[in-house]
Amino acid sequence: MTGPAILLLLLGLGLISWIFGRAKANRFITAGSKNLNSLPNYHGWYTALWAIVPALIFITIWSSVSPALVTDSVLANPAAAELTDNGFKRGAILSEARSIANNPGQKAFNPEAEQLAPLYAKAQSYYDIVGTLAVILLCFAGAAYAFIRIRPDFRARKRVEQVVMIVLLVASLIAIVATIGIVASLIFESARFFGMISPIDFFFGTEWNPKNTSVAGDGEDFGAIPLFWGTIFIGAIIAMVIAIPFGLMSAVYLTQYARPSFRKWMKPILEVLAGVPTVVYGYFAALTVAPALRDFAAAIGISNATSESALAAGLVMGVMIIPFVSSMADDSIAAVPSSMRDGSLAMGATKSETIKKVLIPAALPGVVGGVLLAVSRAIGETMIVVMAAGLAANLTANPFASVTTVTTQIVQLLTGDSDFNSPKVLAAFALGLTLFIVTLLLNLVALHIVKRYREAYE
Amino acid sequence: MTTETTTITNKMTTRNVDVFYGEKQAINGVSIDIDMENVTAFIGPSGCGKSTFLRTMNRMNDTIPSCRVTGEITLDGEDIYAPSMDVVQLRARVGMVFQKPNPFPKSIYDNIAYGPRIHGLASGKEELDRIVEKSLQRAGLWAEVKDRLNESGTALSGGQQQRLCIARAIAVDPEVILMDEPCSALDPIATAKIEELIHELRGKYAIVIVTHNMQQAARVSQRTAFFHLGTMVEYGDTSEMFTNPQEERTRDYITGRYG
Ligand SMILES: Nc1ncnc2c1ncn2[C@@H]1O[C@H](COP(=O)(O)OP(=O)(O)OP(=O)(O)O)[C@@H](O)[C@H]1O
Ligand SMILES: [Mg+2]
Repeated sequence: MTGPAILLLLLGLGLISWIFGRAKANRFITAGSKNLNSLPNYHGWYTALWAIVPALIFITIWSSVSPALVTDSVLANPAAAELTDNGFKRGAILSEARSIANNPGQKAFNPEAEQLAPLYAKAQSYYDIVGTLAVILLCFAGAAYAFIRIRPDFRARKRVEQVVMIVLLVASLIAIVATIGIVASLIFESARFFGMISPIDFFFGTEWNPKNTSVAGDGEDFGAIPLFWGTIFIGAIIAMVIAIPFGLMSAVYLTQYARPSFRKWMKPILEVLAGVPTVVYGYFAALTVAPALRDFAAAIGISNATSESALAAGLVMGVMIIPFVSSMADDSIAAVPSSMRDGSLAMGATKSETIKKVLIPAALPGVVGGVLLAVSRAIGETMIVVMAAGLAANLTANPFASVTTVTTQIVQLLTGDSDFNSPKVLAAFALGLTLFIVTLLLNLVALHIVKRYREAYE
Repeated sequence: MTTETTTITNKMTTRNVDVFYGEKQAINGVSIDIDMENVTAFIGPSGCGKSTFLRTMNRMNDTIPSCRVTGEITLDGEDIYAPSMDVVQLRARVGMVFQKPNPFPKSIYDNIAYGPRIHGLASGKEELDRIVEKSLQRAGLWAEVKDRLNESGTALSGGQQQRLCIARAIAVDPEVILMDEPCSALDPIATAKIEELIHELRGKYAIVIVTHNMQQAARVSQRTAFFHLGTMVEYGDTSEMFTNPQEERTRDYITGRYG
């Protein structure tokens, strides 16, 4: 039986158990039992859950175990005895046999596979039947168990509540578990990379020129300093030079000067801007800003200007980050108690003096936290730099020159086909891990600052 | 000799002042004179408009968009709501101390130096130091903080913070100081210190103090105005008011029958 069919069958059985469970509970009511602990519906759910959940758990386990069982039974057959001992070839033959078994008529590449295919088909259908029977059996057993337990004083409601809680718990854990898995794989692959390339060469080398080979070179081609510099130059310097003043000024205007009606419109608009897909900004950077900057650089006599400049990517990234900084700064300024502002105004300070000398200093920790979050976003940003920053790993402070960033290089290293075991591909994991750790630290520090700041004014 | 009482000049006068929050009228036709020699207390039940009226006197109510003032309020004979009046200048001349101490999150020194700096009152570091010291001394805080002027003003105790705020107001050398329940967040000892301070400041500045505490009004003020439901019911010498109020409503309030 196929997967979807089994699931449908399970659902059907679940529905039937729901109806039966409910009906049994209903009978207690009609029989005059007043003190039914839970509503009949809950008894229905309880029975249905017992019918479905154990069977589902079995299916999950079975689907990961049964292929191995199938292969074992095929290998146990005398026809498989003279298979080669070469593990790699053997695996290839077996998987081909499986594929032929599933798609009859497919041409075989290895003749052995052709022989094994019928064996496979047979073993598969055997285990299929075993599995399906087990599922149905479990389903009935579960439902029967639950059905028997239904009595007027049975606390079905509480049991169902527990199941709901477990489901919610699992749902909330999935993101965390997935993240842990991703980090684990990053760490694992990075460790392999650092087995081939010394971390010192990686973190302190200034030459970045990964070759498309599977042999480890002499190491000096994997110096990531130009990448780190490019990332900082674009994300933490150029972008912030744009985003901090404009974001701050916009926040000051919105919190202090704008009429409430204007603020009511403007804040959501800024927040929507923060949701524009970054590829759109990337387009803008690559097709409009970069050529304009190149022409501008040429006009003022900068000779080595390219159409892929750090400035173009940084500028557009800065513009992209403005709403983010503005919104964070807005929150921090709004959190400064109005008694501060009144105190300053009552001294005869003007509005802008009050803002400059009292509100912004008082809001500073919150603003700094917001800026750090913005930096961590900027250095992880990929699309804009891929489209506008270029690939040349230059170690330069010239904003009109082309630089490259960590994210751009990760994309570069992983696109195109190359051997998964080459240092070139593994370098992407090392870069990713570095980026992950840096942004994680930035976020932690930023959140800590923001939290402390919030507490200061409570 | 006795000529002094006749030569008292009014520092601030208000005539038929009405205050509205949007459609709602909060103050109705209040006329009052504030002089330099006496401390004036505003008393009255909660919500009667004492704070509202106080805020009109240095135009702090300008910060509330819905608030509108009609009538006349003068400082040294000059209409403070006239278009020619510079609000910033006005607030430097009419200082304010708030109910909750609100020191800036800056050092004690910078808190006091804030006003002199923005108004350019000191020509150099030494003069600024002198203003800071004098203001803290007048506020009776100098002895307690002179060794830690660089510590944050928010690290002081509540009573010290309030005296810091008074010192801050004094530092710009105002003519009038408005205090809105300056002791309501303080314990009795800190309150006594502030009251003592008000005694010492009397005569140097025209002082108006809003208070809920009848004993406090009796202790610190020479003149008292009783507000009720947005109107000023009675205004006169404090001793007179507490011993022999003219109005029924004043008597009821003072004897604690309501409010
Ligand atoms: N910002 C405002 N907007 C609208 N109405 C206000 C505002 N501030 C005060 N009011 C109203 O004006 C009236 C007077 O308030 P006000 O704060 O002046 O009273 P108060 O005498 O100072 O009271 P309390 O002794 O409790 O401080 C009240 O009815 C209050 O609801
Ligand atoms: Mg008040």
